[in-house]
Amino acid sequence: MGFTLGFHMLFAAFGVGFPLLMLVAERIALRGGGDHYMALARTWGRANALLFAVGAVSGTALSFELGLLWPGFMRLTGSTIGVGFATEAFAFFVEAIFIGLYLYGWNRLSPRAHWWTGVPIALSGAASAALVIAVDAWMQHPVDGGALLRGGVVSPLKALFANPHWFVMATHATIACYAATAFTVAAVYAWGMLRGRRTAAHRAGLRIAMVLATGATLLMPFTGDLAGKAVARFQPTKLAAMESQFRSEAAAPLRIGGLPDPARRTVRYDIEIPGGLSWLAYGSGSATVRGLDAVPPADWPDVPVTHVAFQLMVGSGTLMVLVALLYWWSRRRTASEGLGRLALLGVLLGAPLAFLALETGWVVTEVGRQPWIVYGLQRTADAVTPVPGLLLYLVGYGALYLLLGTTVVLLLRGVERAVPAVERAA
Amino acid sequence: MTPPTAWADLAWLTALAALTAYLLLGGADFGGGVWDLLATGEDAQAQRRAVAEAMGPVWEANHVWLIFLLILLFTAFPPFFHALVTDLYVPLNLILLGIILRGAAFVFRSRAPAGVGPRSTWGAVFGAASTLALLLLGAAVGAVTKGGPLGVPQRSWLSPVALATGLFAVAAAAYLSAVYLTLETRGTLQATFRRRARWAALALALAGSLELALLHAEALRFWSRLASPGILGVALLTVALGAASYACLTAHRDALARGLGAAAVGLLLWGWAAAQWPYIAYPGFPVRAAAAPSLPLRETLLVAVLGLVVLVPSLWLLFHVFKGGAPRRTPRPSR
Repeated sequence: MGFTLGFHMLFAAFGVGFPLLMLVAERIALRGGGDHYMALARTWGRANALLFAVGAVSGTALSFELGLLWPGFMRLTGSTIGVGFATEAFAFFVEAIFIGLYLYGWNRLSPRAHWWTGVPIALSGAASAALVIAVDAWMQHPVDGGALLRGGVVSPLKALFANPHWFVMATHATIACYAATAFTVAAVYAWGMLRGRRTAAHRAGLRIAMVLATGATLLMPFTGDLAGKAVARFQPTKLAAMESQFRSEAAAPLRIGGLPDPARRTVRYDIEIPGGLSWLAYGSGSATVRGLDAVPPADWPDVPVTHVAFQLMVGSGTLMVLVALLYWWSRRRTASEGLGRLALLGVLLGAPLAFLALETGWVVTEVGRQPWIVYGLQRTADAVTPVPGLLLYLVGYGALYLLLGTTVVLLLRGVERAVPAVERAA
Repeated sequence: MTPPTAWADLAWLTALAALTAYLLLGGADFGGGVWDLLATGEDAQAQRRAVAEAMGPVWEANHVWLIFLLILLFTAFPPFFHALVTDLYVPLNLILLGIILRGAAFVFRSRAPAGVGPRSTWGAVFGAASTLALLLLGAAVGAVTKGGPLGVPQRSWLSPVALATGLFAVAAAAYLSAVYLTLETRGTLQATFRRRARWAALALALAGSLELALLHAEALRFWSRLASPGILGVALLTVALGAASYACLTAHRDALARGLGAAAVGLLLWGWAAAQWPYIAYPGFPVRAAAAPSLPLRETLLVAVLGLVVLVPSLWLLFHVFKGGAPRRTPRPSR
């Protein structure tokens, strides 16, 4: 399940960001920006549809797996979170319809009308991410969960969408999807340019992607700060694990890097900024941060995994900012023509960094919540299926996704190559 | 709290409506996979291309009906959904596998250099996975129809009646698909799909007879409900609509054949639900007792209604542009 979700996220992330890029390119082309922009829009539209299709099937897999693997969880929460999934399903529906229109409508719609069919794709892509995160936010901070546990009835809409945790998580994660898509697209063209294919389409594709990448990356620290403060408020144990705060203390330091040792309750090889964590979490350098010792060790998440994932997320986010700055600096210096090799290599690195940040951010969110599947409400062990043969199941699906993922990558390699081909034809 | 009966009924009707849409639209896409697999003759490649062109713009939207149906089932009928996935663990996983492979194969094939046409690995996967998923989807419905204690693994999906339902589903989807394709093709290709539709109709009649015989032997409650006057009337009307669709097909009245065929398949489903009533699955899951409390039900339905407000015009646009005979514009120069 985690694997399917991790896989699904990779594709879903593109569904959020790709349509925006393709709309921008088509818009520039419609305004007379040149045929290479239209070629980009077409290529990106095709790539987006391919990724959407894989996202759609892995999404179906998820809705089956929820029932197959987590019967206990679904029995307790199914009718609550189901409403969240239902809202997402409609966003998804709209996306599927308009992808059909966009992809196959080039010769059936007027240029303007065609551009407009792309708008709902971009909107519903972002909306479906934000809406499905409502479910995850509820699992982190189950509004009205106590009533559910006592067998009472809760209003799903209120539980899901009147949740203060939702907004911060949705913003942070959705922007992360934009960053990941934009950096990946940028990296594809940077790769082409490094290999000597410096066409106008390559430069244009790189520039559009980097504008989005830079915007999203610069926003991330702010949404991340909000998300961190929300975690401090609703899930102090997770915050403690993220920062390996074993003891409750005032003026807690911010630990950068390092390897926590839960047995000895210490962190090795880290850099400490005194009072930093207290200040970041509560806005005051002397505030008390609740440590892991506030709850019994049985209620601890896996501290090393949470801590290291969090450090990786922040670290790659920081590097992404540097890559973006390097790109714009290099552009200014070399007047848009021959971008420096270093900047191109940096952009190339930006793609794996962005996905590392996306996936480690998710690991922090989910592993940091353990041993709970719904924070403070239900333990993961009570939610999982008792059906035997689970390992076989996981290995089988793992192999299948590996096959699909490899094929997608092979086919997407054509994205960058397709552009010069179209240019020659034009 | 008032008993959630009315909301439960409404939620079940909504689920049936979603299943109908999935059957008529998504089912035809699966049927397209069957024809891809069975494409023979000199114009086999043209047949496959016709299937791909007809499916291309709409299949993803059609597929979302299934996702919506699943979400609706686990939100509105959690105990039933739970029992269903526990009991039918194996076939549901195989269906899932089929759906994943067919969807992925469809897009991979059309992006691969060879494209649609000659036998490629992904092309073969597309046809085979579609057919298998269809067969098992039918078998899963057959297992529910058979009745018995759902919720314990008992392989009811391998019982004769369930497998006959699977065959029936394959034939019905293949029929719908071929009839739809007669409206999207011309000349010899159109004649080919008319011929294909007639084969499917024959298969459908055979599978239907087999199904009836096995229902009589295995699904006693369902059979007795079938004999009640109202439901018998629906069943006879379904058969009449199917026969009329076939007659229109032979008379080359393709649009009418499509409408009647879709009506027959839709009515079949609603007749099935009427025969199951008041159960979703006999005997463990009466519609009303298996439903979630009324507050989540109400909110689910509210979301569904709001969603439909956006969905219906969007779907209309999609089908109007691609299936409504809207004129093709001349290709743009940048192509």
